This record gives sequence, structure tokens and C-alpha cells, in this order.
Amino acid sequence: MSGTPKIALSGVHKNFGSKQVLRGIDLAIGRGESVVVIGGSGTGKSVMLKCILGLLSPDSGSIRIDGEESVGLIGQDREQLLRKFGMLFQGAALFDSLPVWQNVAFGLIQGRRMAPEAAKEHALDKLASVGLGPEVGDLWPAELSGGMQKRVGLARAIATEPEIIFFDEPTTGLDPIMGDVINDLIVDSVRELGATTLSITHDIASARKIADRIAMIYEGRIIWQGTVEEIDRTDDPYVTQFINGRAEGPIKMQLRAL
Amino acid sequence: MNLLAEFGRALGEPLAGIGRTFLHFLTAIGRLVIFTVVAVSHCARPPFYYRMIIRQLIDIGYYSLPVVGLTTLFTGMVLALQSYTGFARFNAESAVSTVVVLSITRELAPVLAGLMVAGRIGASMAAEIGTMRVTEQIDALTTLSTSPMKYLVVPRLLAGLTMLPVLVLIGDLIGVFGGFLIGAYKLGFNPSTYIASTWEFLEPIDVISGLVKAAVFGFLVALMGCYHGYHSRGGAQGVGTATTNAVVSASIMILVFNYVITEMFAG
Repeated sequence: MSGTPKIALSGVHKNFGSKQVLRGIDLAIGRGESVVVIGGSGTGKSVMLKCILGLLSPDSGSIRIDGEESVGLIGQDREQLLRKFGMLFQGAALFDSLPVWQNVAFGLIQGRRMAPEAAKEHALDKLASVGLGPEVGDLWPAELSGGMQKRVGLARAIATEPEIIFFDEPTTGLDPIMGDVINDLIVDSVRELGATTLSITHDIASARKIADRIAMIYEGRIIWQGTVEEIDRTDDPYVTQFINGRAEGPIKMQLRAL
Repeated sequence: MNLLAEFGRALGEPLAGIGRTFLHFLTAIGRLVIFTVVAVSHCARPPFYYRMIIRQLIDIGYYSLPVVGLTTLFTGMVLALQSYTGFARFNAESAVSTVVVLSITRELAPVLAGLMVAGRIGASMAAEIGTMRVTEQIDALTTLSTSPMKYLVVPRLLAGLTMLPVLVLIGDLIGVFGGFLIGAYKLGFNPSTYIASTWEFLEPIDVISGLVKAAVFGFLVALMGCYHGYHSRGGAQGVGTATTNAVVSASIMILVFNYVITEMFAG
């Protein structure tokens, strides 16, 4: 890691009513680095992503993108900043009122004002790069399987060739083989673009595959971070419990929502 | 002493409930006002999504035509029959055509069209936007540098505001025609006399006040559909609640604003 980090969070807090979801997140992600944040359900992973994107605003703390403070940006400034981002949503979040190719081309046509014909060509290229033929372009999202929807979501996330890509549970809900296909596509497409990525997952196999560095979130804080090699050698009881998937250990399952 | 505390608690519980409800109500109004101001301010600022606007214009205007047409046709027919029955009791049958045209243009076409459109359009807006909210499609719009306000809400508000007056104008004609059908072919009025007396006491303000109502109702229906959809939470049940709330709140607001606007034009 050299120079200013691409994304730097420090002391980010977010409460919902009396629920403290984020309790001071500190995380820096270098240019071109792939960081995977692991953690159980309800530990604040998604809230962290939404804070960085500005879909939620943190109660306190700082989020710097390329060294510039992003907390509190609204309107045009926020839209300008979001051009640097692409995101693959957990449920793919494809627009079901638009055919597949228009979904992939959405950021180009609406965000960048590209002509539809050129954007369609570009979209079909991106679909091909996630292993989907041009005939898929004219289907509707509802006609696709879960794995195909994820691929289309990935194609949409990379279509504008963003500098930063977020992956929200990229393999959740897929069979192990399709999960691995998605992991490969993520690794390939990211390498091709040279993008900085931040993924959140509780799939430890996926994390090992796509991460340069893994960070573990627990109770709204980053409690451990290190490389993939380091995670196997660590004796941090939280991390070992999580990666081995044991019910016994310092992490107590929340039987009720936070 | 103990008994007194018990009594106080028993009295306090319902009062606290009332207070909580009132606070929730105020919060909801505040959120709605902010939503409205933000949405309206987006109406005036580019970029505009013309394709989305046209789609909504067609959806609200063209596809609501059969519902509004049928509603006003039968209302005009019933009105002619009922007023004839009443006025025959004091030999005032000749007033039937005037009563029909004034009731339709000033009151019934805008209110009934508004209520029908609230059921048809308000519900579908809330369901569509609500589903987009719970499946993260609205977040996805934002990450693709597209403002959901501009892309989803503004086209619907503009379409509601402009299309309902058009629908009501057509409804006015159909309603009056319904009255004419009954008057001329069932009640035995001379057709040309009926038409002449329809025009005789009709003033532009009758039609205009109805169209103003229609514009306000159209805006309210779209606003309620978008607002409840936009703030829906928690999966299928949340979307269902949003849809119900959109229709109920739009219908109530139509009836309240109907009085307010009538009062304005009467004054």
C-alpha cells in the first residue's frame, strides 16, 4: 500500500435508534487492492457499504475516497463521486422493468448519456465477459436463474469500468460450483479493470479466493485484519471460530435481531 | 398509596398511547412534507427522463380511460334519473339537464375519476416502487448515478398532474352524454331542447374548477403512491401495507381537498 488509500474509513459510527450498528470502523483500502470483510449476519457489514456509498449517512467519523472527505456530500457532488463506483447487490437488484441488456447498459445510457446503440454493443461485450451470449440480452431479469442474475449484476457493475467495485455477498444463495464461477469472474474482471474492490461475505471459501486482504467485523468494529495466509495462522479466537464455523467460542449468536 | 399508583398507571397507559400515536402522526407529516418539497424541486431541475415521463403519461392517461369513461357514463345516467324523480315532484323537470352538467363538471367527474385512479394507479405505483425498494433496485439506481427521485418519482408526479385533468375533461363529456341518453330516450325530453338547456346555464368556471380539482387529485394520487412505495420496508408484507396506505391516504386526501378547493371557488 502506498500513497493515499483509495478508501479510508476512520471512526465510523452508525446507530439506528438505540441500536449501535457501527461502533467505530477503521479500515483503509489501497489502490487496486481487494479487501474482503467477513463477519456474521447483523454485524454491520451491509451498513458499512451503504455508508460508503452515501445510501446511509454515518452519525460520526470520516470516509475518504481518494483522500477527499465524502461524508455529507449530496446531490450533484454525490452523483459525481458515485461515478467511480460499481456495485453487485446481494439479490442482484436488476431492474425488472427493463430487458437484460438495458440493465447492463443502464449506467452508460442514463449516467453517462451514451447513445443506446453504442451502449448496447458495450453491454453485449460485458455480458460475453461474464459468459453470457447475446441472446440473453433480450431476456427479462425474471426469466434468468439466480446464478445468471448474479452474472448480469456483475456485468452491470463493471459496465461503466468503475475504479471501485463493491460486492455484497456475491456467492450467497448460489450452489458451490456457480459460487466458484462467480468468484473467478470477479477475480478476472477486477484484474482486467485494475479496480479497487471491497466485498462483504460470510462465505469463507469465497473470501480466500478473491481477497488480497481479509478483515473481520464483529459488533460494529474491525477486530482483525491480515492476508489470506495470515488468517490460517492466526490464533485470534474470534477469527478461528468464524472460519471454522463453530457454534462454541467467544462469538455468541444473536438469537434476536440487534 | 399503592392503589393510587396503580390508578395513575392505568390512567397513564392509554394517554401515553395517544401521545405516541400523535407523535408518529407528526413525524409522518414531516416526512411527507420533506418528500414533497424534494420531489417538486427535482421536477424543475434537469436531467429529465423523457422516456419515463411518456411511459407514465400513457399508463395514467390512456389506460385509465375505460375506467373513468365507464364511471362517468353511469354516473351521468343515474344523475338524470334521480334528479328527474326528485324534480318531477315540484314540476321542475326542465332543470334536469342543468343539474346533470353542473354536478358532473364541478363535482362528480373529478372526485370519482380521482378515486378510481387512486385505486388503479396509486396502488400500482406504491407496489412497483415498494418492490424496487425492498429488492434494493432503488439503491442500485443510486449507485448507477441516477437519482431515484428524478427517474421514478418526477415522471409519475408530472403524469398525474397533467393527465387527470385530461381524463376528467373527457369524463365530463361522457357523463353529460350519459345524462342526455337517459333524458332523451327514457324520460322523453326533446333532444335538442335538452342539449340547449345543458349549455344555457353552464359557465367556464364550472369546468375549470373541476379541472383544477383533477390536477390536484392527480398530483396527490401520484404523490401518495410514490411516497408510500419509497418508504416501504420489510418484504412482501411491507409492500402490501404500502399499497393499502397509498390508496387509503390518497382517497381521504381527495375528499378533504375536494372540500377545500370547492370552498376556494365558492368564495
